[in-house]
Parts: sequence; C-alpha cells; structure tokens
Amino acid sequence: MLQIEDIKTYYGSIQALKGISLEISAGEIICLIGANGAGKSTTLMSICGVVPPRTGRIVFEGREIQHLPSNRIVELGIVQVPEGRRIFPYLTVAENLDMGAFLRRDKAAIEQDIDYIYELFPILAKRRHQAGGTLSGGEQQMLAISRALMARPRLLLLDEPSLGLAPLVVRQIFEIIAKINRENNTTIFLVEQNANLALQVAHRGYVMETGRITLSDSAAHLLANEDVKRAYLGI
Amino acid sequence: MDLQYFAELFLGGLTRGSIYALIALGYTMVYGIIELINFAHGEIYMIGAFTGLIVATVLTFAGFPTLAVLVLASVAAVVYSSCYGYTMEKIAYKPLRGAPRLSALISAIGMSLFLQNYVLLAQTSDFLPFPSLVPDLPFWEPYAHIISSQEIVIISVTALVMILLNLLIKFTRMGKAMRATSQDREMAMLTGVDVNRVISLTFIIGSATAALGAVLIASHIGQINFYVGFIAGIKAFVAAVLGGIGSVPGAVVGALVLGWTESFFTGYISSDYEDVFAFIFLVVILIFKPSGILGRSETQKV
Repeated sequence: MLQIEDIKTYYGSIQALKGISLEISAGEIICLIGANGAGKSTTLMSICGVVPPRTGRIVFEGREIQHLPSNRIVELGIVQVPEGRRIFPYLTVAENLDMGAFLRRDKAAIEQDIDYIYELFPILAKRRHQAGGTLSGGEQQMLAISRALMARPRLLLLDEPSLGLAPLVVRQIFEIIAKINRENNTTIFLVEQNANLALQVAHRGYVMETGRITLSDSAAHLLANEDVKRAYLGI
Repeated sequence: MDLQYFAELFLGGLTRGSIYALIALGYTMVYGIIELINFAHGEIYMIGAFTGLIVATVLTFAGFPTLAVLVLASVAAVVYSSCYGYTMEKIAYKPLRGAPRLSALISAIGMSLFLQNYVLLAQTSDFLPFPSLVPDLPFWEPYAHIISSQEIVIISVTALVMILLNLLIKFTRMGKAMRATSQDREMAMLTGVDVNRVISLTFIIGSATAALGAVLIASHIGQINFYVGFIAGIKAFVAAVLGGIGSVPGAVVGALVLGWTESFFTGYISSDYEDVFAFIFLVVILIFKPSGILGRSETQKV
C-alpha cells in the first residue's frame, strides 16, 4: 500500500532522515520504535507532506506522493494523528470533528460517522459543545483519533498516542486502535516510545536510530530480540 | 453637562471607531493567521480611496445618480484593493513564509514605502478633493443636527460588514478552516486545509473591508492624498493591538474604544493633542493587559 524508498529529509541544513525505506501492506498494523530524536515523527511528517523529503520516493497505491501538497495527500486517504494531539483549542469538540471531515462532502455519511464516534467515545458526546482545549489529556487523545477517523482514512498514522496518559487510558486507546484496524480494515502505522505495548498490537515493526532504520522484523521476533529487549523494552 | 454635546461626541466617536474597525480587521486577521504585522495594509486602504475617487469622478461626469456612484465606486475600490492585497501576499510574504518573522516584517515595510511612492508618482502629492457621495437621507432630516446621514451610513455599513464577517467565520466551512489555521497551521494542513488558500482569502477580506472604509471616510472628510493610508493604518493598528491582535471581536472593540477616546478627549479637553491621547491610552492598556482587551495570553505549547 505504501512504499518509502530511501527518503532524506532536512530541517534547514540539519539532516533528520538519512535514507529511510519501509513498506506497509493494506490491513497491517506496523509500528516504528526508537529513542527520542531518532526521526520517527519526521518520518510521519514527510509522508504527510508537511516536511517533504529532499530526495527519495514515497509511493502510495502505485502513485508517487512526495511532491504533493499536504491537502492532496489527506485527500488520498493518508491521515495523521500527530504527537501531542494538536486539538484546535478554541474550537468545540463538534467543530474539531467537523475539521476532520474537512475534505468530505457526503453530509449524510458524515452525520453517521459522528454518531459512530460518539458511540465509540460517549464522553465526547457529553462534551461536544465544550472547547477542545478544556478536555483532559485522555479525552484529547480520543478526540484526536476521532478527528482523524472523520476523514475516513485508508492509512492512519499515529504518533505517540500513549504519551502523557494514565496507564488505564493508554490501554483503552490501544484497544480502540486494534478495533479500528479489525472492523474498518484501516491500515495503521504506529510510532511509539512505549515499545512493549506497540509490539503487542502490531503485526510487524521497524526500529529506528538517528535517522536510519536499523532493524525490521515481525512483532513477535522483535519482542524476543535481545538488542530490542535491552534498548527499548527495559528488560 | 450638555447632553446634546455628549451625544455628538459619542456618535462622532462611533463613526471614527467604525472606520478604524474596518481597517483594523485586516491587521488582526492577517496577524491571526500568519503572525505578520502587515505594515502595507494602510496603503491598501489608500489605494482603495484613490480607486474610489477615480471611479466616482468618471461616473459623476457620465451623469450617474449619487447613490449609484457611491455603490459602484465602493465595489470598484473593494475589487481593486483585494487584487492588490492578494498580489502583495504572493509577491512579498509568501516567499518568506519559512524565513524569520523579522524578514517578513521588513518586506512589509518595503511594500508600504513602495506603494506610497508609486501612488505619489502615478497620481500626485497634492490633496485631491473627494466628492461627497452619501446623499442626505430625507427621513433622517429631523435628527441631522445630532448625526449626519454620512455618519449614519458609515455606522450601518460597518455594522452590516461585521455581522456578515462574523457569520462567515462562525458558520461556513472556510470560516472554520480560517479559525483552525490560526490556532494550529500545521494541524490544519493535516486535516486537509489548503493553507495557501486560507491565507489568500484572509488578505482579500482584510483588503476589501479596508477599501470600503476608505471610500466611506474619504467621502465624509472630503479629501485624500497618497499619505492617508499611513495615518489611518497606524490608528487602526493601535486599535487592533488595543483590542488584542489576532482577535476579530477584539479589533472591533479596540476600534470603538479608540474612537471614543479620541472623540471625548478632543471634545472635552483639547483637539490639539488628539493623537497623543490615543497613544497614551494604548500605553496604559498595554501596561495593565499586554494581550489587549479581548486578547488571549499566549499559552506555551507542550
């Protein structure tokens, strides 16, 4: 579904990605683990066209997208839940969801999806007229995922969904992620520092270090790998 | 205390404030979206006034009725200034989008000087008389000693523009996209908003309202020159900062407060120090509430 071939991304003169290649097939949950500053978020921003790569190719369903503007990439069905949730703080919960469906015109289906979201996260229904900035961290993460779902993504990119959340909420969020993948057959690309948790829901994983992919294997193998255990699982 | 004198000053302040509000919108909206203080905004206003004057002169000569001249001159000014605003953003600001904010600010000052001198060369440095385009409304005759038809038109048009703009920002798709972009531009991109379009639209709206204000006030005061944009621009900028730059309701509140301040101080104390009062007031507000009357204090993103 998505092939990334040797992309190099720079912030000014600083090189953040030193040639990343990876592949995601339809229906998979893929996770990308690595330490702070390894370039995980940059990889996602490069896919979305926010920080386009300087060289290399990104192919989505047979089509090169590395030169497309971000709004065209969203239109193709690649939607990101960025790190830190990035809820629009002064828009209401309902307006945040509307923004998720910004490119869609099918009003009836949008209404249906909103109902589905409110069923999935009843707390959001309760807070629908509240400003997004007033929600708790966990609620904001639910809203961020919901906003992305409103775009009906074919490929959902999640950046550190567990960051700063209570363990119970983290578990709930990960259950939802697995459910979205199972029920809507949405392909998921998950970036996480909580490697243990990420590898439990993912099918395959990549390990990243300072701008390079250093390892790629099935999730089960990565969980058993001695180096991964030592570096990322804290065992 | 003389009640009628007070009413006159109050309404005079309201008229002034309305014009400031129409111009301040451009500053505050552009700042809200791209965090740039568009110093060339006053020149867009000035170009609106000149366009209005040229079109009005031609149409009056061709024998159009006054009301038709007013409407057509306003429309022409709005369209022409919007084109300038749109083009200005594309030439002077868009290439500097990723650059430090100071670069864009300097570019804005350059644009302002360029447009002033361009009009100075293309037109004249003299004050040009501007025809009075607002006809005396017959039904307003009994109240005309308190507030003229001119002023009532300025106030009503401003109120109408503000209501329409508010509806646009609150309820339309594009309005929502504008608010989202001003709160988090990168996230707006990730939801599929074409940020370039939002920015262009912001410049167009700001230029359009400034041009409308320009025609109305020029017709009220009766003369213009190439320098009017600078003074009106500074005042409107003060109004925007006073209300809280980046906030649309703030710009309106700031403009009205500034209008009344000027009007009352000049009316009751002295007309020699009109600008001094305005700026003293600005300093006082900024000491006690640096984010402006309706401004939000910057929250640090974690």
